[in-house]
Amino acid sequence: MGELMTATHNFTTGTGNTFKAALFLASATYNASTTAYSTTGEVTGTNYTAGGVTITNGTSPTATNSSTTAGVAYWTPTASFTYTNVTLTTAFDAVLIYNSSASNKAVSVHTFGSQTVTAGTFTLTMPSNTTTTALIRLATT
Amino acid sequence: MALVNTTKGEMDDSLLEKREGDVDNDNEYTTWVEYWLDGELVHRSVHVQLKKSVGLTATTASFE
Repeated sequence: MGELMTATHNFTTGTGNTFKAALFLASATYNASTTAYSTTGEVTGTNYTAGGVTITNGTSPTATNSSTTAGVAYWTPTASFTYTNVTLTTAFDAVLIYNSSASNKAVSVHTFGSQTVTAGTFTLTMPSNTTTTALIRLATT
Repeated sequence: MALVNTTKGEMDDSLLEKREGDVDNDNEYTTWVEYWLDGELVHRSVHVQLKKSVGLTATTASFE
């Protein structure tokens, strides 16, 4: 919340910050107190680069508001996160989105069922960019 | 016939045993494909479709 107040993360397409997506082991600890990217607990393996992949940001955040409905601001990356031809033999179950333009400060953690990959591709596809399903949403009540 | 990237290099898929699976729940729809050679896993790819967002709700505030 404090990083909202200091405009730490700028999701504007083109002129905004650069965000990255790193994979983390099922054994790693990550929660609301995860404040920045760290290699601790990150996956390692063939063809996986520490720090993960750069996120494609083709659409700036959208905000809705009116006097009668709650406001929602939302944003979703415009392409899947793809880790190509990797071998990740230790189970992983989370992706950390972080701001590589702002001291690698954490944005969000998203979990899924534990997985491994062997000489294959891991693809993480985003939800639809709507007021109710966007990857990151800020709402008023 | 198709070539599959494996731990032993590219192999013709006709030489491999293919196994597939999926998980569908409120959080994700995940599919995976595995190729096995003589009881050894030589390829596994995974596709996770996230369904849920991360939300932060504030009260007595509005976005302009």
